[in-house]
Amino acid sequence: MSFLARLIPTVSARTALRFASSGRFYTKKHEWILVDKTVGTVGITDFATEQLGDVVFLELPEAGTEIEKGDSTGAVESVKAASDIYAPVSGTVLEKNTKLEDEPGMINKSPLEKGWLYKVQIKSVDELKELLNEDQYNTFKEEEEAAH
Amino acid sequence: MNRLVSRSVLLRATRCFSRTTEVSGKQTCLIETHKKHGGKLVEFAGYDMPTQYGDLSIKESTIHTRKHVSLFDVSHMLQTHITGKDRVAFIESLTTADVQGLQENSGTLSVFTNEKGGIKDDLIIMKTDKDFLFLVTNAGCIDKDLPYLLENAAAWRAKGKDVNIETLDNRGLVAVQGPEMAKVLQEGTDIDLSKLTFMKTTVGSVFGIDGCRVTRCGYTGEDGVEISVDPTKAEQLVDRLLASQAGKVKLAGLGARDALRLEAGLCLYGSDIDENTTPIEAGLAFVVAKRRRETLDFPGAEKIVKQLKEKSWPKRRVGLLAQPGRCPRSHLPLIDPLDKCAIGFVTSGCPSPTLGKNIAIAYVDKSHSKEGTKFIVDFGAKQAPVEVVKMPFVPTHYYTGKK
Repeated sequence: MSFLARLIPTVSARTALRFASSGRFYTKKHEWILVDKTVGTVGITDFATEQLGDVVFLELPEAGTEIEKGDSTGAVESVKAASDIYAPVSGTVLEKNTKLEDEPGMINKSPLEKGWLYKVQIKSVDELKELLNEDQYNTFKEEEEAAH
Repeated sequence: MNRLVSRSVLLRATRCFSRTTEVSGKQTCLIETHKKHGGKLVEFAGYDMPTQYGDLSIKESTIHTRKHVSLFDVSHMLQTHITGKDRVAFIESLTTADVQGLQENSGTLSVFTNEKGGIKDDLIIMKTDKDFLFLVTNAGCIDKDLPYLLENAAAWRAKGKDVNIETLDNRGLVAVQGPEMAKVLQEGTDIDLSKLTFMKTTVGSVFGIDGCRVTRCGYTGEDGVEISVDPTKAEQLVDRLLASQAGKVKLAGLGARDALRLEAGLCLYGSDIDENTTPIEAGLAFVVAKRRRETLDFPGAEKIVKQLKEKSWPKRRVGLLAQPGRCPRSHLPLIDPLDKCAIGFVTSGCPSPTLGKNIAIAYVDKSHSKEGTKFIVDFGAKQAPVEVVKMPFVPTHYYTGKK
């Protein structure tokens, strides 16, 4: 059985189990945002970190930065590849994960918890409606895989 | 633009990765080994190949290779025998090598050149003591190299010459790379590895498998061999090597292979060299053999030798060292800090696992190619300083037999 065939059920099962009621929203570019009232915590999914492999460098937005939904707000680099991080919503950056900057490898170990990237004061919670929920994201991921 | 570039890297990875859901590419004789050891398969040059195995990251795998020994499946590369009494003159007509001058059972890195002096492909030519030359060419160039060889051989035969091309279809090729290679391999072979110096080739028994062609070469900068093996025995060979107690042997994939070759300053065809770069521009003047510089009888010879003699090349391949932070990657532009003019572009780059520094290979204008020259890499939204440094980035350890 191929690596991927093994990976998908594992990831979905694990994600579903741990975050079924987590209230995370997702982008089609594999970012997630966890919302508490009007403050969002942003990260990239375990699917994305699996793709990248061992992350060695992160570029995160400074507190106070105004971001627009869809903007590149930083970058994540592994030995294999580099990728921009896109803002899932518009708003103002409140805080970045400086611990993660010091220890980028943590994002591979804990992409959904300790590997969060930054917190954002959300400008309009309406924008969240345009994002995917857990099930939609998992379906999207599987469709994307099947399409190629 | 940077956004497009970097996002496309991830998308490409995603796409390649996804393809393994169905049987997409061709498979090497070691496909079961890859699956058994948790190889993460992607499509590469038409083959389902592992980027890495199990929990061993690319970084860890790269460092393991430099300290111990790694096995790479490189069976996707094209192995060819050239036979016939005119075989030496034939291969010389297409490449820059002095095959005539090679000792038996030794070989050289060379290039197929085009009429403009550009590189059609890089290859290894081995002059065996049998009645054939042994060639290894890039998997990504099979569709180009093979018809090229076949057409030219047919043309030679039409002129009454004796030359034939025989591809070794599906044959296994396993690269064994790292400082513990000789200890591990010597246990299982009747070949005296102390006498098999860099770029020498021989045939022998390896872990009970007869008829293995063992060549001291590789693509990591470390001591190593490539073993050409019967496809039905390739898995057995890998299993026996992995079971060795004489060294720490692990499987490594394309991810580590790319980082290792980059650290060793070695070119990846299609990225760092192509039809539009001459061997001189690529810093590969050493592949243009002395005798061939006089005879001028290979495609593009005049342009190449003119560049060499007049030291006149418009651009040059250089090594770059970047500051901590974002790493220069393929296609990113390089800019002069004073006049803001573009002076070149990056062709490959990665955070070096061995050095813990960002390294890259680039082409720059001759004026900016000297060691120590500083300029800027343009990431789009950001820019960062880089400096021209000597390659290899990590010292190489080829086994020359001298201490």
